[in-house]
Formats: sequence, C-alpha cells, structure tokens
Amino acid sequence: MEIPAIVGAGLVVIGVGMGIGRIGGSAMEAIARQPEAYGKIQTAMLIAAALIEGIGFAALFAV
Amino acid sequence: MLSASNETQGTDKKAEIKAYITHHLQDSYDFSLTSYTDQQGVHHYVGFPLPIILWDNGLKVFSSSKFHHGESVAEVDGAFYAIEHNKIYKTDEAGTINYDEQHHPANPKPLDLSITKSVVMIFITGLLMFFLFRSLARSYASNRGVASGAGRFFEPIVLYIRDDIAIPNIGEKHYKRYMSYLLTIFFFIWFLNIFGLTPLGVNVTGNIAITFSLALLTFLITNLTGNKNYWKHIFWMPGVPIPMKIILAPIELLGVFIKPFSLLIRLYANMQAGHIVLMSLIGLMFIFKSWLGSTLSFGLAFAISLIEVLVALLQAYIFTMLSALYFGFAVEEHHEEAH
Repeated sequence: MEIPAIVGAGLVVIGVGMGIGRIGGSAMEAIARQPEAYGKIQTAMLIAAALIEGIGFAALFAV
Repeated sequence: MLSASNETQGTDKKAEIKAYITHHLQDSYDFSLTSYTDQQGVHHYVGFPLPIILWDNGLKVFSSSKFHHGESVAEVDGAFYAIEHNKIYKTDEAGTINYDEQHHPANPKPLDLSITKSVVMIFITGLLMFFLFRSLARSYASNRGVASGAGRFFEPIVLYIRDDIAIPNIGEKHYKRYMSYLLTIFFFIWFLNIFGLTPLGVNVTGNIAITFSLALLTFLITNLTGNKNYWKHIFWMPGVPIPMKIILAPIELLGVFIKPFSLLIRLYANMQAGHIVLMSLIGLMFIFKSWLGSTLSFGLAFAISLIEVLVALLQAYIFTMLSALYFGFAVEEHHEEAH
C-alpha cells in the first residue's frame, strides 16, 4: 500500500490517456475533413498511440 | 465469527490466486496443462515433463519429472539440484539453499540450456510457420500464380507488409533485403501472442528474455547494415551548426540504443499486463462467489480477452512497423537540402 507508487501510477495513466485521447481526436477530425485518407490516418494514429503506450507501460512497470 | 472466517478465506483465496497467476506468467520446466486434487486429497498433475539440459562441468540431461514439480531434489551423476523460484541451483542432498542479505539464493547456478515450455512453444510456432508458408509458396507454382490452401488467408497480409510497411519506410531500392526478417517477426510475434491467449498456459512474448532477443536482432540488423549516411546522421548531423552537432552526438548515440529498447519494453509490457489483467479478472470470479459479481467479472474478462486478440495483432504490427522504420533510417540516401 505505498501511496507514492499508487499516485505515480495514476499520473502515468492520466498522461497516457490524455495523449492518446488527443491523437484519437485529431485523427477523427482529419478523417472528417478527408474521408478518403482513412487508411493512412488510421495507420499513423495507431503508430503514435503505440509509441505513447510504450512509454506508459515502461513507466508503469517502473512504478 | 462468520465474517472473520470469511475474511480469512478471502485473503487465502487472494494469495492463492496471486500465486497461481505468478506461476502462469513464468516459464516452467514441465508442460503442465492443469492440476487437480481428487477426493483422497492427492494432487494430480496433467501434463508431461520436459528435458532439462545443464552444463555443469559436463553436459547433464535429465527429465524434469525428477524434480516432482519442484518439491524434491534431483540427483544426477552425484550432483544435486533443486528448483527455487523457477531457477535451478546446485545444492547438496538435503536441498539446502543459502540465502544472502537480500534474501536471494546464493547457491551456484549451472548453465541452464533446458527445453522449457516457452522453448517448446517457439519450436511449435517455428514449425507451424515453416509448413504454412512453404505450402503457400508451393501452391503458387502448382496453381499458376494463384494461391490455394490454408495459406490463402495470409497472402493479403504478406502483400500488406510489403506494400504498406516495407516499401514506404525502406524505399524501393533496398526493401527486399529486409522482407524476410520483417515477415518472420510479424508472424512469429502474432502467432506467439495468440498462443498466449489459449488455455495452454504459455506466456512466450510476455517473457523479457524473448522480446530482448527480438529487439536485439532488430538492433543488430539496423546497425550492421547502416550506410555512411546513417552513421553521419548520428555522430555528425549535417545541416546544423557545430555546437549543436556536438550536443546532438551523444543524444543520437543514446537513441541508437533506446529505440530497440522501447520495442522490447512495449511488447513485453503489453503482453504481460494483458495476461495479468485477464487472469486477475478471472480470479475475481472466484473471490466474489455470488451470482451477480461472478457473472459481471466473467463478462468483463470476456470483453478484455477480445481486446487482447486485437492487441496481439496490433503489437505484432507495431513491432514490424517500427523495425521497418529503423531499417529505413539505416539505408536512407543523402537528400540535398532545399534552399
């Protein structure tokens, strides 16, 4: 029951959530503007999300 | 009184589930599928033992059934070995383990080359991939350019990897050199991730040694096939003033190591965390023991396992994509700066 560890893990999740949420939001807007580019936008969104998630997991494991 | 006994039962259950999850996540020296305790209280194991290969002043090969699931000391040619926390230590006849200050065992460890459960799964996956893709390749010759058989499902995926992962990142000139590696790691990681979700209880990609080896391969291939432009970009970045070049060089050098390291951590953490969450939810079913709680946690566990199937494919795709990106950096030609 280490409070600093729990708080740290919560902060990491907030950061990751905000980051991926922003990426998802911009991806949605971009798809709305140009529906034909759906495939490329989805690919780029997944890559960026995976990079952020990688950092998030590394931090969670350290915590 | 009743509530107190329920609470002790609760904590025992939690500790039991935790021990079960830890056992499930680790590699093991025998392929045990399940175990049960019958009415006489005797513990039965369903599974088969695997060979243990040790190098300890000589090659020692024996079956892991000598350990009796970690309970007894194995004697081979006069030397005694015991398993503690899933590692083999050299010990004496009574099986004493000497602990040092941090409560880690201080016995000498022989060099362990055993065929463990993960190694068996890697062999099976390798054979599966070999036969699957060999039949696909052969069907092209016998069917005049049209794929047939079980490999038909993988043809669009192979083409996708070539057209949308390899060529955009590596370029038309050099992509063929790397295609075999990219295809191999994509299907290897994907199949192993899916195997991890089956009830067989294997956890291969959640093992940091295995993801370390895959990331090491990407690292070696990137740096051994890097051309002069690649190394120039690391140590003496063109197009920036000299003080910046000196600052950038150590950062870029760190980046050479950190990029494959992030590949390693991403795959390991995703798979490990997925397994832990899934098994904790299933264990939650047993802690609740009520109609509503167990049903809800079952539903949640089911939904999460569907997401895990998606994550299996996604992680394989991301690993392959980023490896292709790093290979693209390694073979990038020099662009003239547009002024």
